Amino acid sequence: MQINFTVNGEERTVEVFPMARLLDVLREQLHLTGTKEGCGEGECGACTVVIDGRIVNSCLVPVAQANGAEITTIEGVAVDGELHAVQQAFIDHGGAQCGICTPGMVLAAVDLLKRNPQPNESEIRNGLAGNLCRCTGYMKIFESVVRAYQK
Amino acid sequence: MPRSLADALALLKTEPGVWKPFAGGTDLMVLLEAGKLDHRNYVNIWGLDELRGIDVTDTHITLGALTTYTEVQSHPIVQNEFPMLCQAASETGGLAIQNRGTIGGNIVNASPAADSPPALLVYEAEIELVSTGVSRWLPYNGFHTGYKQMLIGPDELLARIRLPRNTHGASHYYRKVGTRKAQAISKVCFAGLARIDQGRIEDVRIAVGSVAPIIVRCVETENTLRRQTPGAETTQTACASLSREISPIDDIRSTAKYRLQVAKNLLTDFLSTLET
Repeated sequence: MQINFTVNGEERTVEVFPMARLLDVLREQLHLTGTKEGCGEGECGACTVVIDGRIVNSCLVPVAQANGAEITTIEGVAVDGELHAVQQAFIDHGGAQCGICTPGMVLAAVDLLKRNPQPNESEIRNGLAGNLCRCTGYMKIFESVVRAYQK
Repeated sequence: MPRSLADALALLKTEPGVWKPFAGGTDLMVLLEAGKLDHRNYVNIWGLDELRGIDVTDTHITLGALTTYTEVQSHPIVQNEFPMLCQAASETGGLAIQNRGTIGGNIVNASPAADSPPALLVYEAEIELVSTGVSRWLPYNGFHTGYKQMLIGPDELLARIRLPRNTHGASHYYRKVGTRKAQAISKVCFAGLARIDQGRIEDVRIAVGSVAPIIVRCVETENTLRRQTPGAETTQTACASLSREISPIDDIRSTAKYRLQVAKNLLTDFLSTLET
C-alpha cells in the first residue's frame, strides 16, 4: 500500500505493508534512526513521535493510520541546525546519559512546553510519565526541562 | 480503509467475523506484534468522523466511541460532572497512549483490568451498537458476560457511549492501585459514588475492576449501604458483602489475597469520605 505523509516538513511517499509499525517505517525505510525502539509495547516512550501535533508511541501506530499525517521525529526538532532549547538544556544539564530514552524525552518535553510554557514539577512529572529512563534517575531530566523554559 | 461508517459496517456484514475493527491500536498493536491476534484482516475505523465528538444535552452527555482519553479529560462537562471518568482517562498509560487510546476501545477490548469501565458502570452508561441500517442502545452494565465475552454481534460496531447527567451533589471516589502511577495496569480499580441525605447514604453505586472475569457493579454491597449511616458498623457489613461479590485471582500482576484486601481497603476509604 502506498502511504503519503509529511515527515519533518518534507513530503514522503512509501510503499509498505499497511499494518507495519510507523516506528519501523521511519527507521528502516526513511532511515530516521533517531526514533528508538524500547519495549515495543507502549510502556516506555522511547519511540515517541509527533503526529498532527500530538505525541504518540510510534510502535503502536500502524503506518496506514499515518497516511496524510504530519509527523515530526527527533530529527525535526532542531531548526536549521540550531538545537531546540530543550535539546540544549539536556546537553548542558546532564539530561541525557545512554541516550536511548532521550529522543522520546525531548519530544515529550517539547510537547509539554508547547501546551504549558512554565510547568511546575508535578506537571513535568505528568508530562513525562510515559517516558522511562534507566540511567539518570530523572532529576537531571526534570532540571533540564526547567532550564529550557527559563532560557 | 473504509471512507465512512456505512462502508465499514457493510464490510463487517458481508464478511462477518473476518474483519477486526482497529481504532487507536494501543492494545491491538501489542497483541498483533506478539502474534496473539486471531484475525488476519483489520478494518481501520480510526478515521471515521461519525464515531468522534462529544455531544451534550440537558439530560445526557454522549461520547463518540473514538473519543480519546485526552479528549475525555479535557471536556469541561466531564471534568465537572463525571470526574471519575476524567481521572480514569488521565491515569491510563501516559500522554502518548492517551492521545491514541479510545473510550470505545477500552470497552470492547473487554479487559477486566480496564480503567474507564468502573467509572462508566457507576455513571450508569448506556452504549449504542450499530450495524448496517440498525442502531440499538443497551445498558453498559450487563454488556460483558464473561472473560472477554460481550453482547456484540460480528457485524456490529460500538458507536457511542451515553451518560445521564444525574451526578449533581454526589461524592465521587475513584482509585486505581497499580505497581506505579503512570502506565501500569491496575491490580485493583475502584469507583464509588454516593449521596448523603439527612445523614444517610442514598443513591450509592460501586464498581470494581481487576477482581473478577469482568468489571463488576457491586449491587449487593450497594444494598447493604443504602439508607445506612456511614460508620464502622456499616463499613464492616459492606466489606463482608464485597468479599462475597468479587472473585479475584492470582495472576502476573497480583494475588487474590492482596486484591481482596485492597478492594476492602478502598471501599473503607470511600465510605470514610462520606462520614461528616
